[in-house]
Amino acid sequence: MTREEVFERLNKVFREVFDDTEIVVGEKTTSNDIEDWDSFEHINLVVAVEEEFSFKIPMGRVVTMENVGEMVDIILELGK
Amino acid sequence: MIEELQYPFDPKYIISKKKSIKKKLLSQNPNTIEKKIAILGGETTQNIKLILELFLLNYGISPIFYESEYNQWFEDGMFPNEELVSFEPDIIYICTCIRNITEFPTISDDMEAVNGKRNQVYSKFEGVWENLRNTYQCPIIQNNFEYPFYRLMGNKDASDCHGRVNFVTMLNCMFYQYAQNHDNFYICDVNYLSASYGLEKWSDPYYWHMYKYAVAVPAIPYLSFNVANIMKSIYGKNKKAFNLDLDNTLWGGIVGDDGADNIEIGQETPLAQTYSEFQEYLKLHKQLGVLLTINSKNEEDNALSGLARPDSVLHKEDFVNIKANWNPKSHNLLETAQEMMLLPESFVFVDDNPAERAIIAGQVEGAAVPEIEEVEHYIQCIDKSGFFEVTVLSEDDLKRTEMYQKNAQRTQLQASFADYEDYLQSLEMKGEIREFASVYMSRIAQLTNKSNQFNLTTRRYTQAEIEEIAKNRDYLTLYGKLSDKFGDNGVVSVVIGKLAENHHKELHIKLWLMSCRVLKRDMELAMMDELIERAKAASVQKVYGYYYPTAKNVMVKDFYALLGFTKLSEDEKGNITWLFEIPDTYEKKQHVIKVNTNNEYKEMEI
Repeated sequence: MTREEVFERLNKVFREVFDDTEIVVGEKTTSNDIEDWDSFEHINLVVAVEEEFSFKIPMGRVVTMENVGEMVDIILELGK
Repeated sequence: MIEELQYPFDPKYIISKKKSIKKKLLSQNPNTIEKKIAILGGETTQNIKLILELFLLNYGISPIFYESEYNQWFEDGMFPNEELVSFEPDIIYICTCIRNITEFPTISDDMEAVNGKRNQVYSKFEGVWENLRNTYQCPIIQNNFEYPFYRLMGNKDASDCHGRVNFVTMLNCMFYQYAQNHDNFYICDVNYLSASYGLEKWSDPYYWHMYKYAVAVPAIPYLSFNVANIMKSIYGKNKKAFNLDLDNTLWGGIVGDDGADNIEIGQETPLAQTYSEFQEYLKLHKQLGVLLTINSKNEEDNALSGLARPDSVLHKEDFVNIKANWNPKSHNLLETAQEMMLLPESFVFVDDNPAERAIIAGQVEGAAVPEIEEVEHYIQCIDKSGFFEVTVLSEDDLKRTEMYQKNAQRTQLQASFADYEDYLQSLEMKGEIREFASVYMSRIAQLTNKSNQFNLTTRRYTQAEIEEIAKNRDYLTLYGKLSDKFGDNGVVSVVIGKLAENHHKELHIKLWLMSCRVLKRDMELAMMDELIERAKAASVQKVYGYYYPTAKNVMVKDFYALLGFTKLSEDEKGNITWLFEIPDTYEKKQHVIKVNTNNEYKEMEI
């Protein structure tokens, strides 16, 4: 799985969770860039990402994740 | 009804797509009832609420929510709360969890100390329930406790009074005791749900420490679905009957090809035993008042020969309607519904053949079509769908199959009379029409939530509201019971009128409904006679009736005209106002039912 492939699949997940077909996420995207991305939606986002890439993000990694780029790092390391 | 929300659903799909599912629901079903739901949480409830909304919309209930701040269930429930008071909840859901138990026994506690701790936890909850009951007079749904996710003493945790498993088990029993002694109080059985889902995954501490969810986020759809089932049951949206296929559904094999001797039923083979267990499961539903009907592509003789086997659990007399023919099943189901005076959406269609299920799903709007797969899992698939979720069991439910069978006998009798009034006379009907009495409150509330067709205003009431109205002197209330020589139909009609003063005394009929099982028996006329007599006694001169159209009540559009009311107005939505001025001498309209004779006799005796 390349970094580009991960971004492509992540984009799909973001669009589903936030029900917005215009979203495009990049390395530096954070919750400030997406209007509905609050702490409640963050939970659903994590669940959806875990579902898409068939793995579970350990708590220690979720809490330190700062932007979408870091999320991609974790997925490349642990995801399928 | 949308497929994605039918059991067995994909919980993760629902979580990630909830926004688009909601849009789809809102565009699909305009005929919803609005209900105000207060969620008092001991954990995060955001997702529980959002997904509950989806399931409720799917049941035709459109919720407005009040959600307590995080872990404020006790404060919101116990102390004056202006926001909640002005919200006026229709239902309160207390979503608490084992994490809300602040004090557990320690090993050094003696029995008395353990009991003291348990009572302390319990009384905190009971205090909230009592306060909510008194303040809001609405149904309360309370989570019981899931088991702890670790066991300090291992197996002994279950039996030893110091064990948390034991503590929670006993506490749950105290909750059940309260539920048994109080109407309008319902347990949401989280303990069962979490066991069924798998406690290990349900109570994954990750979700508590990350987000303060005591239930794992992927399991939330199951919790929300369960709560929605209780709520739709309270509002009379349960299914009422099974519509069952025979071959490879109730028994293995094709009775027309294999012969009754060779179908799989009874105790001889594993497959036969599995079908027998399924038949047993269906038969148990009769106790709940759920009706069984057959919809099979078969020669009728062949169908009956399968049911006639002595080792068949279900026999011909267990069914209130049998259609075994070669007509399309959608046609049979609609005809069965009409003959039983039920709505097609009240049926659960069970058939092993996906093609037949697709036909029903496409042709019979609102009917439930569970996607059953292997016979050994039929029961689980149907049971977890919550079609018949019980919130109140009235005496009526227990006798329903019998009543429908009596109706069939009446139809036979009717055929032997040329004159309809002669037939009515021959039924020897007796009516009991009186103001709301405490023994019938649950049945009256149930009728206001279940009756759709013969219902002039389709106002829904909870039992608590009915009890309030019964006490209020500004209301004139009537229930009607009807029995005849074949048996007792129980309470079948309800009228609520509100008295008002406007130059003259007026009566405004807020609710008039009747169960369709007693259509064309002149019971509605008997209700009218009794209503007018009582209105007159209260010096009422003008009686106002209202008709509010719904998708289902067109049969009573001109009901008030038939009673001699005159039409005052009709607005663009079809809402009609009717007026009846009570004449000095009112002539009774019905002559075939003897009303209140039994009780007059009793009163004379006293």
